[in-house]
Amino acid sequence: MDSELKKKLQRQAAKIRMNIIDAVYGAKSGHPGGSLSIADTLTYLYFAKMHVDPKNPKMKDRDRFVLSKGHCAPGLYSTLAERGFFDVSELKKLRQVGAMLQGHPDMKHTPGVDMSTGSLGQGISAAAGMALAGKIDSAGYKVYTILGDGELEEGQVWEAAMFAGHNKLDNLVAIIDNNGLQIDGKISDVCSPMPITDKFAAFGWHVITMNAHDFDSIEKAFDEAEKIQYQPVAIVQTSVKGKGVSFMENNAGWHGKAPNAEQYEQAMTELKTAMAAL
Amino acid sequence: MADIIKKATRDSYGEALVELGKVHDDLLVLVADLADATKVEGFKKAYPERFFDCGIAEANMMGIAAGLAAAGKKVFASSFAMFAAGRAYEIVRNSIGYPHLPVKIGATHAGISVGEDGASHQCCEDIALMRTIPGMTVINPSDDIEAKAAVFAAMDIDGPVYIRFGRLAIPVINGFDGYKFEVGKGVTLKEGADVTIIATGLLVCEALEAAKTLEADGISARVINIHTIKPIDEDIIIKAAKETGLLITAEEHSVIGGLGSAVADVVTASTPVPVVKIGVNDVFGHSGPAPELLKEFGLSAENIVKTVKASMSLKK
Ligand SMILES: Cc1ncc(C[n+]2csc(CCOP(=O)(O)OP(=O)(O)O)c2C)c(N)n1
Ligand SMILES: [Mg+2]
Repeated sequence: MDSELKKKLQRQAAKIRMNIIDAVYGAKSGHPGGSLSIADTLTYLYFAKMHVDPKNPKMKDRDRFVLSKGHCAPGLYSTLAERGFFDVSELKKLRQVGAMLQGHPDMKHTPGVDMSTGSLGQGISAAAGMALAGKIDSAGYKVYTILGDGELEEGQVWEAAMFAGHNKLDNLVAIIDNNGLQIDGKISDVCSPMPITDKFAAFGWHVITMNAHDFDSIEKAFDEAEKIQYQPVAIVQTSVKGKGVSFMENNAGWHGKAPNAEQYEQAMTELKTAMAAL
Repeated sequence: MADIIKKATRDSYGEALVELGKVHDDLLVLVADLADATKVEGFKKAYPERFFDCGIAEANMMGIAAGLAAAGKKVFASSFAMFAAGRAYEIVRNSIGYPHLPVKIGATHAGISVGEDGASHQCCEDIALMRTIPGMTVINPSDDIEAKAAVFAAMDIDGPVYIRFGRLAIPVINGFDGYKFEVGKGVTLKEGADVTIIATGLLVCEALEAAKTLEADGISARVINIHTIKPIDEDIIIKAAKETGLLITAEEHSVIGGLGSAVADVVTASTPVPVVKIGVNDVFGHSGPAPELLKEFGLSAENIVKTVKASMSLKK
C-alpha cells in the first residue's frame, strides 16, 4: 500500500478506536472488544474502499454495509461519525434516552446505517438480499457485511451462505472477524464453528484470509475480492479482540463491558501514545 | 420501614437451578452463549458435566432440548426472551409444544427493562407468543421469592413451561406470612371494592404502590398478582369483575396478546366489564437506563394511578 495512504488510515483507525472507548465509557455499557477488532477493517472500507456519500447517505448506487454483528455498533458509529455521516458529538449520547445512536444499529434513525441489526445471524441474510436486489437491477454496487466468529454458530448464517453461493452473488463480500472469542469464552471451547474457510468454500464462496490489523494485508484481500466473478467472497480476518487497549486484548471479559474511570484513562493514554508514534 | 431488598429475577433463576441440581442429579441445563447474563453460570460451575453450551444457536438449542426430553431427560434451556421465545418460536411450537415435551424454558432479559441494549433486545411479545402454544405453561414471576418458587414448581409439571425473568433488580415483595406459590393460582395482595388492578411481573410492586395512593384518594383498589399467565386463574378474575366492576391490567409486555388480552378473554365470555390495559402500546422500545424507560413507557405506579382515575367513569 502507498505509504502516505497507510499512515492516513492508521491515524484514522487510531482516532476511531479512541471514539469507541469514549462512546462506551460515556454510555457506561456497550461492546468495546469486538468493536476494536474491526476498527481497521471499518477504516479501510469507509476511507479507502466503499462508494458512499455522507451528504447523501441514501444515494441509490452506494455500496452497502451491514454490521451483522450489530453489538459492535460503537465501531460502526465511530467510523460513520469520522466519515461525516453525523456529528461526532452524537457518540457521547450513545445508548441514552432520546439518543440517535441506539445500543444496536437502527437504520430508521441513523444516517449511514443500511440495515438494523443486533440479533446475530440475521445481517448476512439481509446483505445477501441487498446483493440480490443489486443483481436484479443490474446495479453496480457492492454489499459488505461483517460477522463475528461466534455469530457463525447461528444456523441462519449457513442458510445465507447457501443462498448467496447458489445465486452466485459476486457483489457480496462477507468479512468474518475471527477474533477467537465470544461471550462464554473461546469459540473453540464453547461450540466450535471451525474450520471457517472450508465451510464457506464448501458453500461455493471464494475465500480469502487477511490480517485484520495490517493495512497491506487488508488492501490485498479487498483487491482480490474485487476481481472475483460468479461467487460471493468471504474474507476471514484474523484479529485481536480489544485490539489497541492492552488490558482488553484477547480477553473475553471485555466483550460487553464499559471501562471505569481509571481503565478509561489508561485506555486513552495507550491509544494516544500509539497515535503519536505514527 | 425496613430496607427494601432488590434482586433481579434472573439471579433467582440461577440460584434456584443450583438448588434443583442438588435434588435432581439428572437435571441438565443448556444455554446459548449467555451463561453469565442468564445466570446459569452457577449451575455450570456446580455441575459442569450436566451443562451444555450450544453456542449462539437458539433454535438448535430448543431442538436439542426437545430431543433430550424425548429421551427422558430433565432439561432447562436458557437464553434472552428475545431469542428463546422469538428466534426459536417455531421450534418451541413444533418440537416442544406439539409433542408436549417437558422442556423448561428459562428466558431472561424480558421486556423494556433490558435498558441500554435497545429495541432489538427488548422482547415485549414473548408472553403472547408462548401463550398461543397449546399446553404451554407461562409464568411471569413478580420477585425473587416467586421466581424461585416458579422454577421449583416447573420441575414438577409434566409438560413445557416458559418462565420469564428480568435483568433489572426489583423489590422483593412476597416475603409476607402465608405466601404460597401455586401454578395457575392468582394471589390477592390487597382487598378492594371499587376497582381491581391485575398485574404481573415487575408491575405487581407498582400496582401495590398505586393502590396505596388510590386509597388515600378515596378509591379502594384490589390488587391481584397473576404470575401464571397460562393456565390463567379464571375464578379470581371473574370474582374481581363481579365485585369491583372494573379491571385495570398492568404488564411489562405489549398490550397485544399479553396479560391484558388474557384477562379480557376471560371476562368477555362470562362477565363483561371494562378492561383497561397498561403495557407497551404497540411500539418498539429504545435504549436508555431501565428505570427511566419504565417511567417513559407508563410502566409505573404513577401511570396506574392515573389510568385508574381516568377509567372509573367506565363503570356501569
Ligand atoms: C441471536 C442472538 N443471540 C445472542 C445474542 C447475544 N450476544 C451478543 S454478542 C454475542 C457474542 C458474539 O460473539 P462474536 O460473534 O464472536 O462477536 P465478537 O467476538 O466479534 O464480539 C452474543 C451471544 C445476540 N445478540 N443475538
Ligand atoms: Mg468473536
